Amino acid sequence: MTNKTKNPPIDRIDGRMKVTGGAKYFADFELPNTAYCVIVGSEIAKGAIASLDTQKAQGAPGVVGVFTHQNMPPIPGWDAPVGGEADGPAPKPKTEETYRILSSPKILFDGQPVAIVVADTYERATYAASLVKVTYTKQAPRTDLEKHLSEGVAPKGAEGGNYLRGAADGYKTAPVTLEAHYTIPVEVHNPMELHGILAHWTDDKQLMIYAKTQGVNATQNAMAQAFKIDPKTIHVHTEFMGGGFGMGLRTWPQETAVVAIARKIGRPLKLVMNRSQMFTLVGHRPYTVQTINMGADQAGKLIGIAHAATAETASYEDFTEATVNMTKFMYACPNVSTRYRIVRLDRSVPIWMRGPGEATGAFALESAMDEMAHKLNLDPIDFRLRNYSETDPERNRPYSSKNLKEAYQRGADAIGWKERRNQPGSTRDGGWQIGYGMSTGVFSAFRWEASARALLKADGSLTIQSAVTDIGPGTGTALTMIAHTVLGVPLNRIRIEYGDTSLPKAPTQGGSAIVSAVGSAVYDACTAIKTELMQLALKAGGPLAGQQTDELTLADGVLSVSAEPKKKVAVSDLMQANKLTVIDKTKDSKGSPEQEKYSMYSFSVHFVQVRVNPLTGVVRVSKAVSVADSGRIVSPKTAASQMIGGVAGGIGMALTEEAIIDHRFGRFVNNNLADYHVAVHADVPAIETIMIDKPDPIINPMGAKGMGEIALIGFAGAVANAVFNATGQRVRELPITPDKVMQKLT
Amino acid sequence: MNPFQFTRVTTPKAAISAVTKESGTYFLAGGTNLIDLMKREVILPERLVDINRLPLATIEKTATGLRIGAMAKNAAVADNELVKKHVPLLSQALNAGASAQLRNMATVGGNMMQRTRCPYFYDPSMPCNKRSPVQAGPDKGRANGPSGCGAIGGHNRMHAIFGASNKCIAVHPSDMCIALVALDATVNVSGPKGDRTIPFSEFHRLPGDLPQKDNTLLPGELIMSVDLPTNRFADNSYYLKVRDRASYAFALLSVGVGIDMKRGTIQDVRLAMGGVAHKPWRLTAAEAFLKGKPATEANFKQAATLAMQGAKGYGENDFKLTLAPNAIVDALKTATKTA
Repeated sequence: MTNKTKNPPIDRIDGRMKVTGGAKYFADFELPNTAYCVIVGSEIAKGAIASLDTQKAQGAPGVVGVFTHQNMPPIPGWDAPVGGEADGPAPKPKTEETYRILSSPKILFDGQPVAIVVADTYERATYAASLVKVTYTKQAPRTDLEKHLSEGVAPKGAEGGNYLRGAADGYKTAPVTLEAHYTIPVEVHNPMELHGILAHWTDDKQLMIYAKTQGVNATQNAMAQAFKIDPKTIHVHTEFMGGGFGMGLRTWPQETAVVAIARKIGRPLKLVMNRSQMFTLVGHRPYTVQTINMGADQAGKLIGIAHAATAETASYEDFTEATVNMTKFMYACPNVSTRYRIVRLDRSVPIWMRGPGEATGAFALESAMDEMAHKLNLDPIDFRLRNYSETDPERNRPYSSKNLKEAYQRGADAIGWKERRNQPGSTRDGGWQIGYGMSTGVFSAFRWEASARALLKADGSLTIQSAVTDIGPGTGTALTMIAHTVLGVPLNRIRIEYGDTSLPKAPTQGGSAIVSAVGSAVYDACTAIKTELMQLALKAGGPLAGQQTDELTLADGVLSVSAEPKKKVAVSDLMQANKLTVIDKTKDSKGSPEQEKYSMYSFSVHFVQVRVNPLTGVVRVSKAVSVADSGRIVSPKTAASQMIGGVAGGIGMALTEEAIIDHRFGRFVNNNLADYHVAVHADVPAIETIMIDKPDPIINPMGAKGMGEIALIGFAGAVANAVFNATGQRVRELPITPDKVMQKLT
Repeated sequence: MNPFQFTRVTTPKAAISAVTKESGTYFLAGGTNLIDLMKREVILPERLVDINRLPLATIEKTATGLRIGAMAKNAAVADNELVKKHVPLLSQALNAGASAQLRNMATVGGNMMQRTRCPYFYDPSMPCNKRSPVQAGPDKGRANGPSGCGAIGGHNRMHAIFGASNKCIAVHPSDMCIALVALDATVNVSGPKGDRTIPFSEFHRLPGDLPQKDNTLLPGELIMSVDLPTNRFADNSYYLKVRDRASYAFALLSVGVGIDMKRGTIQDVRLAMGGVAHKPWRLTAAEAFLKGKPATEANFKQAATLAMQGAKGYGENDFKLTLAPNAIVDALKTATKTA
């Protein structure tokens, strides 16, 4: 079994390609006779187009066409919502408004496309787009969640239901209570690679797409639905992605529009959005306000928690996420209630952003846990251990695996937690105050359906195929490692092909689920090859006849008897003797009903040391240690990279990231990378990653659970808790900018 | 981006003549700000005159101090041995600005000419008097978008607390200029009517009723060089930049300090702030108070209080009324090594 021993660290298989320009991203693809398009976005957030003058743009050099609501080619599937999640859950509940791109003069959000200008070069399309003149009838936009908190509605579906265990107000009976409000602003994914699509109708029924999507099968299905054509006639290719973080989890309306226009003009058509459009057309982490009520006894036992969250969504679509879920099961607490509401505003619709709602919820819960520990004068780790849940209190069933206690201990040792003083403001270094903070993260460990194909050739080479897109975490490397471990084929003889709908179906990359889902399919396909090789060797007249399967070892292209290594046969000889040039296995893989008896989660613990200048309020994260309890680590190097990336994102979430709206206009004022501050190198210290690396016996044959989300979830809380420990200042509104921390000169 | 004419010149005379001849003509130096403004259609030049071939990049010692050519790159100035030795404050301020890539392109003259980073100025759909002045006039150019001040009553976290007007509360974004105003620099310019020298503190201006005018240059004038007088501040100088992230962020505010110290007493001092006004803001009252006094925290606090006279917040930037005196004290403590 793969999961019995630790996996060796191997280099990222596509690392060289990526740094030498060999990896092709969607915008790198060029087709003959391609036209380019540029979106003209609305300059108001609510109202209607009063007049639209496209004459000058149409006459500009190289212009192929200007498409607006007056001449947009029809999209046959527009009776269904454009851009709905084709592979996702049931359709979203109907809202009063509907948004269909370029279908009406009505404006529902800032940046809503009002025209798409097509020309023979990107530069000419950009210039012509500047010549489109639009006037508007404005209405006052409602974009400020804080002003509309009372208008929250309970969304339908799993994420909307109120949860209750014990008494809703059980916390009130506790001797020690707290109530605290936490706010996170709009955050924008802002991957380096800009969003877009290249669409080419090779004839009226055959569609080729190069897109920035986290799931080629999902894009294929969405387009099939929109154009009412057979998915088999649509070919989608996305091998590499320059960061997704969730924005590529659905097919956005402008992508569908590009496909429609490409058909109309009879040419390949490419869209590459600009940076400011990344703020309005591909989703964001929603502004969310949370309240936590918590009660505990003097012995440090939680009596009750009530967690309420209210988040923004669009007027035309309900977006929900699992903001309050962690509170339901993280701690052994008899009385727990959660409540989740959304407010429909004149904003573009949000989308999951790394660690989605759980990252938002963990900031509140893990800050409140720190606040309560302080009230009880307990060490924050000690307080968590006093309320450790050995079994899942929400579902009353065991965890498939949970090594969180070990994670707390190892992280504490690595950061130097013993240096921490429980009394805030106790540690100084010159003019700087030093503090330590920690926080827990958790995310569901999924096992979705996926397929993979493995082809072992007589020359000893192995090819692995799956439609899955590698959005950057090292999926290809992990899948290669799994194949190597099962079949013993040397790493340099394994080739992996992925990110294309011509390959076996795979889920959209998201939810930290791909190693578990696709990895299992690769495992099964490779195991089927191994089984066949053994059968060939063991059958009557075979070179190892008389032995049993469990006596054999397969490594480096040789099948041998473990106890007598001289008894062996080369795989190539075995295949030739049986006149096989290739052994070709495709497997569909999914979880078993047995898994229903368990709660499957990945856990993380983040530790930080901060330095705070009390005069200027500047906070520097000076040390960071993140510990992952995510089962067996398949690829240690890329796993560590994934954790490091999560921490860098977490520092941004904690200290710098905030998309600011001027609510008078309902528009962003910092929609560029100079003013929207993602963390830069100077903000990020050396990050120590620790992997518990113990296999989960339930989830999949590798024993591996996901880790993309837990790398981020909880980190912001750890920073806020460290800032409190350094200064005694509790910041409950992210990001923790200098103005929120500086102390008045006395 | 709008179509425009492009001319490359090799002598200052040709540059000045090209810019004087036609309205809507701009000098192009490093282009790190102007090209952005053109892409965003904030500025719509008819013609660019590329001055990158002008021989104005020398950094040299003069009888009275240092002379830095207007076309010297920010990175070259920051790393220059003369600069590091005689005016380390300038080197520190330059390295606090922008990113390594931008500093490799940006020039001294261009840095002085950079426009505000007020978001309302940058977005032609938003009201801005600097971009779209109320009265049409010689400075109006081909500006885009509505007039008014979006920042007043809007997102003004980065904005001025000193010297603003009801037409404009934007700040000058440069770090380099804070060091130059503190160090009593002078600016040598050449124009259609001849050469002249402008004290650095008079180079930039307050917005008043003409926020479209950032500085006191006359039409067609070209910055040739900046002179820095000899000083005794090299041992005790410090540039403190308070910002939302550790690099590549404009200052919430900054403080430039140069002190001539003898046995714990401040013989002479220069203090200037960035991110607080439409121009680099020299703190003359605080300087006068500190001169001759011992370097103590109590004196620093009193100087900071004096520096804050006349400060006014506009809502989101009210925190600067607290942050500014804190930063002045922090910078003075660091510069005098009394922290």
